[in-house]
Amino acid sequence: MPEEFESQYVYKKVKSIVFGVLSPKMIKKMASAKVVTPELYDKEGYPVDGGLMDTRLGVIDPGLKCRTCGSKLKECIGHFGYIEIARPVIHIKYVNLIQVILKATCRECGKVMVPKSKVDKYLSTIETIKKENGCDKMRAYIKSVVIKDLVAQTKCPHCKSRQHKIAIEKPTTFLENDKRLSPIEIRTRLEKVSDDILPLFSMNTEFVRPEWLVLTVLPIPPVTMRPSITLESGERSEDDLTHKLGDIVRINQRLFENINAGAPEIIIEDLWDLLQYHVTTFFDNDVAQLPPARHRSGQPLKTITERIKSKEGRIRHNLAGKRTNFSARTVISPDPMISLNEVGVPKIVAMKLTVPERLTEWNMEYLKKFVERGPKDYPGANYVVRPDGRKKRITDEMKEQILEELQPGYCVERHLMDGDIAIFNRQPSLHKMSMMCHEIRVLPAKTFRLNPAVCAPYNADFDGDEMNLHIPQTEEARAEAEVLMKVETQLISSGFGLSVIGCIQDGISGNYILSELVKLPRRTAIDLLLRVGVEDLSRLPKKDIIEGNEIFSMLLPADFDFVGKDKSGTPFVIKKGMLISGALDTANLGKGSGIMLRDLHKKYDAKVTAEFITNAMRLGIYTVMQHGFTTSVEDTDLPHDAQAKIIEILDGAYKKVEEFIDHFHKKILETFPGKTMAETLELRIMEVLNKARNETGEIVDKYSTKATGTIIMSRSGSRGKPLNLAQMAGCVGQQAMRGGRIRSGYKDRTMSCFKQGDLSPAARGFIRNSFKGGLTPSEFFFMGMTGRDSLMDTALRTPKSGYLYRRLANALQDLKVEYDETVRDASKKIVQFQYGDDGIDVSKSENGTINIKRIVAEITGK
Amino acid sequence: MDALFKKYEGKIPNSLLKEVKENLPDKVTPKKAEAVLQRVYEECQLAKVDAGESVGLIAAESIGEQGTQMTLNTFHYAGVAEMNVTVGLPRLIEILDGRKNLSTPMMEIYLNSPYNKGKDIKKIALSIKETKLADIASEFSINIAELIVEIVIDEGKMKAIGLDTAAIEKPLSKAVKDFEVKTDGNIVTIKSTKDESLNELYKIKEKIKKVHISGIKDVYQVLPVRRGDEFIIITAGSNLKAAFDNEYVDSSRTTTNHIHEVLAVLGVEAARQAIINEVFKVIENQGLNIDKRHMMLVADMMCSSGAIKGITRYGVVSEKTSVLAKASFETPIKHIISAALVGEEDKLNSVVENVMLNQAVPVGTGLPSLVTKIK
Repeated sequence: MPEEFESQYVYKKVKSIVFGVLSPKMIKKMASAKVVTPELYDKEGYPVDGGLMDTRLGVIDPGLKCRTCGSKLKECIGHFGYIEIARPVIHIKYVNLIQVILKATCRECGKVMVPKSKVDKYLSTIETIKKENGCDKMRAYIKSVVIKDLVAQTKCPHCKSRQHKIAIEKPTTFLENDKRLSPIEIRTRLEKVSDDILPLFSMNTEFVRPEWLVLTVLPIPPVTMRPSITLESGERSEDDLTHKLGDIVRINQRLFENINAGAPEIIIEDLWDLLQYHVTTFFDNDVAQLPPARHRSGQPLKTITERIKSKEGRIRHNLAGKRTNFSARTVISPDPMISLNEVGVPKIVAMKLTVPERLTEWNMEYLKKFVERGPKDYPGANYVVRPDGRKKRITDEMKEQILEELQPGYCVERHLMDGDIAIFNRQPSLHKMSMMCHEIRVLPAKTFRLNPAVCAPYNADFDGDEMNLHIPQTEEARAEAEVLMKVETQLISSGFGLSVIGCIQDGISGNYILSELVKLPRRTAIDLLLRVGVEDLSRLPKKDIIEGNEIFSMLLPADFDFVGKDKSGTPFVIKKGMLISGALDTANLGKGSGIMLRDLHKKYDAKVTAEFITNAMRLGIYTVMQHGFTTSVEDTDLPHDAQAKIIEILDGAYKKVEEFIDHFHKKILETFPGKTMAETLELRIMEVLNKARNETGEIVDKYSTKATGTIIMSRSGSRGKPLNLAQMAGCVGQQAMRGGRIRSGYKDRTMSCFKQGDLSPAARGFIRNSFKGGLTPSEFFFMGMTGRDSLMDTALRTPKSGYLYRRLANALQDLKVEYDETVRDASKKIVQFQYGDDGIDVSKSENGTINIKRIVAEITGK
Repeated sequence: MDALFKKYEGKIPNSLLKEVKENLPDKVTPKKAEAVLQRVYEECQLAKVDAGESVGLIAAESIGEQGTQMTLNTFHYAGVAEMNVTVGLPRLIEILDGRKNLSTPMMEIYLNSPYNKGKDIKKIALSIKETKLADIASEFSINIAELIVEIVIDEGKMKAIGLDTAAIEKPLSKAVKDFEVKTDGNIVTIKSTKDESLNELYKIKEKIKKVHISGIKDVYQVLPVRRGDEFIIITAGSNLKAAFDNEYVDSSRTTTNHIHEVLAVLGVEAARQAIINEVFKVIENQGLNIDKRHMMLVADMMCSSGAIKGITRYGVVSEKTSVLAKASFETPIKHIISAALVGEEDKLNSVVENVMLNQAVPVGTGLPSLVTKIK
């Protein structure tokens, strides 16, 4: 292996991590400095020797050198120090364990409170549980069985002395028979506990001694872990941890001095308690019953526990999730003319992000040209990496020198170019389809461009959405992205086995127009197809006037057969790549339901399907452009007799409702079983009103026969449902809240303009007008109510479902299919013997199964 | 033909084999039948999951992503207009949490053959509904002079359920020991055998209101509905064990939405299926589409230990062996502290730990590795 490549290979891999408790000895051994003074800097601003910012603990200032390892800023990772604590203090995180040990062991002889035989029995059970079921089960067993038994004893079986009551006065004070136990006493008692019984308290002798839980020395974290920031004024602002450590050291010094001077016990105890408080808040500043340590401004300090836990803590924020280089983010906009597989990248982005290319003898000339053009000319290069890993920026002055220096083994970080691989992402990334791989197309202007058909998996729209772009930097990463993440490989959802990408919006409207409405002269048809990008026109019928579906058929493979149904239920038949009957609508072109797309994918491959979707989108859009497409208020106009009919229906419903209300007041309304009369009335009224609204919808549907834009959209399913049309032209209908009519508001009425107890449709949120006709003020208010209700629903739902998702992901993340087809978790425990009982991958299936009917039909020819 | 199918048994999953049988035309040549089976077999092989596929995460994604599209509206009418049931996201959370107290427990009671025809269906339904003493009594009073509690029974209500006053005596005397229960017409009197204070008597009066007289305990509402060509009873409140003991109930088809009850009465495998069914009901009701395999995996995960573990930090997540994986979920400090005491070793077998250490994760393309002999 050539020497210059070696630096890239991983030689060491972390195999396991062992957790343990630091012993006082270990703390001293690993420390490189003893901290003795709370001062940080001297007059000149240099770190004080033996202070908290000692240069032996690492450096955070440029120019200084670490006195332990000799390296400079950013090279030195920092070193621990320690302080000697004048009087022992209790570690807040082990208070409960200390209590248990004190309770379970004899105060005189330090032995456990049960006879030897019982101890041995417990020890062996614990050992086997640990081996067979792991630490968690062992802890559970100890907690529920062993500790319970040990703590219940009152007399020591070994020395016959009586056990006293041990209580904790939160947070860190121990009381024995209401007399305070000092940490010194506790420590001596813990020292007496012998090694062999430690497993009874789920402790491992190799890693812990109980007396270590009462601190006598405290490790001081390296300076690099708590860097200070220099404010604009030149003032230094220290990290929260440094503040806390300063408190500890200061009180510790005072305590030392007072002890040495022989101060009265009260003063010493006060200081001791104060030290305990500071050490406790150093570990955890959110202990119950303890006021949190605060800044002068009153905001609580962030100490060790706060640094680790919660969403913004070290684990979830910095370890489980990381920041990345080689990424870009900007607003997205649509471009149906680029392929499904592509992403349009603005030139400025392409000139900032780079792809490393290794220099060899063979591409020397090619790459030199990039370096020559430099960072300002597109396509150029921004950096050159030397074999020793040193990165050099290409500038006008350095250019000549770098060009001469270049030789095989160097790496040129060149600008993005068409065809490079990128990973495109939109948050929230709920799916694997929220991060897909696209090929780069460098385009003018300043937004990312994407084909509108891929909006669905990203759940994107163009009302100001922003998306992220990542450029993989190694060959492995690029290969993996291309093979596993490319858009065309993601066409079939792994959630339900159908297409997640299909034509949308104009892509569907246009094709619907093509199949239902237009015939084009041959020339226009050819023009249309050429614009879409279809060049093979040999299958185009040799006629002067060409049907719309014949034009569409040119996009299909010549040997494609398909039988299905379109949205209206009429048969949708494709024979030998020719659309014979059926309308082109969402049922076959759209996502989800689109069985045709799934079939295409099955018979050919992802590439053909992706190309088909791209072309169909384009064809639709060009058709719309050619044919003209608009939507207007006029679209919702109804003839007079239709309007009369709608009025008649609504009047009829109102009358019926009135009748019900009348029956209700006379108490002769027949009730549903298990319901009160009032509830029955509500159900009855809802039923009548809904039926009336649906009937108006039917009338609107019946009378809207002209192929106007609005109707084409609702018929083809490209946008809007028949319901929306009915609401615009006919009647908006009942506004429902919590599954019933609106009832809240004032006493016995919804608004002050109604009489108390008014149960009529209008007083309970029924909107009889259409959107076009215009709403009355009260109707408008009812709409506002439901609108606000649904807004609240969305706002409340997001965090709930987000948490459910997080829990699911965390619980299931390490389940995988093994080579023997079983599904197992990380500890190789079997969860399923065969994935999904048949081992079939959903994304390779057809809506979750193998399509038997299709196979039978294909083979038997029926 | 059967021999042909036998040949493919084990090669093709049974459910598919059955489907082939149903879909093959009547007059098919064995040659063509074999060709079909061979094709199905081939397609099965092509559709097999790849080793290392991170099926768990895909399941979580599929359910989690769809979960964001569910409504929060708690109550909806499931099938019947008259009964409220929790649906949507809250119900999904309830199931996956493995909760023991459901907000709307429900049973679908199927009846044995002569009873499911609709005759006397109302009476059967009422006999299944739990009747407490307060439901059939019209008056409770204390006779201070004689120190007795008098209960006036509403005979009309008794008749509707099909009970006589004698049926009250037994459960009542069982519930109140040290008291003598006497029935006289439609009046039941309770007298202390010892000398009790008035105060005690008052307590007893309140206590006996809740005494269970007949029906299935915890079932507080019943509703007979027609399903297909038979009548079933939908109940609010669930008690599967007691329902199975009832003579009218067809225990082979009766179900509950209370998964812990299924576990207690029918075992884990049934509970697993119940989880799948319940999750599926929610998804279907919301008009969403999620493949059953994902729900199966979640259900298997919840039931793999033999008991039902919720997808919470106390349930499935606590079963993990890796300290860092547990710490990255919730309560990290607790996990690290207790791990330190035992000197626990994290073998870095799962996903998050390796992400933390910037190492390749052992799923998908990170799974295969090479073993070479070093000379």
